[in-house]
Amino acid sequence: MLHIKDLYTAVDNKKILKGLNLSVNVGEVHAIMGPNGSGKSTLANILAGKEGYNITQGSVSYENENLLELSPEERARKGVFLAFQYPVEIPGVNNIYLLKAALNAIRKHQGEPELDAMEFMNLVKGKMKLVQMNEDLLSRSVNEGFSGGEKKRNEIFQMAVLEPKLAILDETDSGLDIDALKIVAEGVNSLRNKNRAFILVTHYQRLLNYIKPDHVHVLSKGKIIKSGGPELALELEEKGYDWIN
Amino acid sequence: MNETIQHYLTDFKQLQNIKKDDWFSKHRQSAFNIFQESGFPSTRKENWKYTDVKPIAKNLFSNIANSNVVINDDEIDAILFKEQKCIELVFVNGTYSEKYSNIRNLPNEIIIKNMANALVNDKDFLKKHLTQYVNYDSSSFTALNTAFIQDGAYINVPSGLILERPINITYISKNNSNVFATHPRNLIFMGENSKAAIIENYIGIDDANYFTNTVTETSLSQGASLKHYKIQQESSNAFHIGNLNTSQNKDSRFESHSISIGGALVRNDINAQLNEEGAEIIMNGLYMTDNAQHIDNHTRVDHFKPYTQSNQNYRGVLNGKSRGVFNGKVVVHPQAQKIEAYQNNANLLLSDDAEIDTKPELEIYADDVKCNHGATIGQLDNDMLFYLRSRAVDEQTARSLLTYAFVDEIINNISFQSIKNKLEHLIIGRLPDSSLIREYV
Repeated sequence: MLHIKDLYTAVDNKKILKGLNLSVNVGEVHAIMGPNGSGKSTLANILAGKEGYNITQGSVSYENENLLELSPEERARKGVFLAFQYPVEIPGVNNIYLLKAALNAIRKHQGEPELDAMEFMNLVKGKMKLVQMNEDLLSRSVNEGFSGGEKKRNEIFQMAVLEPKLAILDETDSGLDIDALKIVAEGVNSLRNKNRAFILVTHYQRLLNYIKPDHVHVLSKGKIIKSGGPELALELEEKGYDWIN
Repeated sequence: MNETIQHYLTDFKQLQNIKKDDWFSKHRQSAFNIFQESGFPSTRKENWKYTDVKPIAKNLFSNIANSNVVINDDEIDAILFKEQKCIELVFVNGTYSEKYSNIRNLPNEIIIKNMANALVNDKDFLKKHLTQYVNYDSSSFTALNTAFIQDGAYINVPSGLILERPINITYISKNNSNVFATHPRNLIFMGENSKAAIIENYIGIDDANYFTNTVTETSLSQGASLKHYKIQQESSNAFHIGNLNTSQNKDSRFESHSISIGGALVRNDINAQLNEEGAEIIMNGLYMTDNAQHIDNHTRVDHFKPYTQSNQNYRGVLNGKSRGVFNGKVVVHPQAQKIEAYQNNANLLLSDDAEIDTKPELEIYADDVKCNHGATIGQLDNDMLFYLRSRAVDEQTARSLLTYAFVDEIINNISFQSIKNKLEHLIIGRLPDSSLIREYV
């Protein structure tokens, strides 16, 4: 589904990714772990199409298409979803209207009929329970005045509604207390299926106690230096990132 | 004497002959003398540095009211806020229209009438109050207005009255046989602990060519509360100079919302005087310009006494080759301790050719005060744009949506739902690519 080959990127002439290789198949859950500054968030942003990164070498194909040539909105319509590390507040843009428009844009692109307000609300009600979202938050502006935990839950809620093919979770666990972490993890687990892939970007092993990955990769200084199964995460937790270097 | 002044003098003499309010003639004369002496302000004056009014000066507008135009019912229905059940005062080309106004079923003791009527029938009150809350010595436009007062609204809300229905004052301008100027004059007097909401709506039909030179005086007695909405949607060829003056006593509260989207050359002035302790003013403003429009907002707040508060929030969206000006001045006088004054002006430039001059000013002569001011000029926030696009919203829609969100923060402060809805509709229509965002708002 996703093939990243020998990817090099720079921001303002500072090299960040330096020859990154990664392949993700449908149905798989990959965890990418690494210390601060290793390039984890850069990878997540590049996959979602954020501007400002200079790709100097390498390729990214997604469902046999050159992902790097697609705009962020095209990627979203083709099933790529990024759960942001720091979801931005957008005063004046209504959470639920945005989500409805997003879902219908994706459905339209994929040749499915758009949902009317009633159908959409029925769908949303079910998904809200999944992440225990407070209904009040729906009618507010996007993330405005949300607590840190509410913002993260809103990301997972959006993911649940939009049902992406490839979901990238950028440090979704950071800043969450243990209860919120469990809710987020349950949300993710309930969305796992054979047609959907996940990339979990995380600094700590903690999240992986609740979401069991198929593959764990260690990212350091812009490239993946070690890959393995779930046991690799535990080993990292125990020995620290220095062990790998 | 130059041709322009000569022209105004001719009109002024004609007016003096036909007016029936003899008691006011000496005011007219002294106001006209001031105008005649100073003429229109030049850009050498600090207050007019960014706004050149030569285009107004070189037109020889007819200053004698002539409302000989027909406004049809469809036009009226589109203009008035029918759902809100307002008390309606409608003026066509500067003259009161009894046909379209609705001042029936008023609460006891309240006075709502047109100024032409009041100048003749309420002269005892007007003698004491008209021209008391505005200084025509220092503004030639206010002087010109005072010399040429022919109509407007006179509203006197008695002590203790809480008026539920908003008063909607609508000034409609429509093409006439000649280019014309109107000089509406409004006097609003709020008795102790009274409460009201007043809308001033200036609107042009059919790209009419005219000049509106309006002055509003308001006086708020102790504990009074007034919500004031000014909606400026003059025609694209029109000139608009508007001057709102407030004089506030103890614990009174004035809320001003100024929405300015029409006109070719526009200047809105607000002069607020916080005369006694506990007086508070809130000033929200929105201006949206496109093509070659020029909209200038000037505010001045005088904190004369302790424990007074002012809070200004103005936002502008500028497109095309248009130009916006914000100049807000807050003066904290020496004995005005423990006051709070905040001032903020944020601008979005949507094109490379648009321009904004913003100048928030604080003059503080007291030492125990809380004040801050700030101005921003910018483009749309890239993180917000990326977030929306990552949620499948195309770039053009995302831009339009964020622009809308930026202005909606001002519109959101309007407490009358149907007026708010209508304004939102109007604002959306003014946004680039507005058709794209209807499903989001």
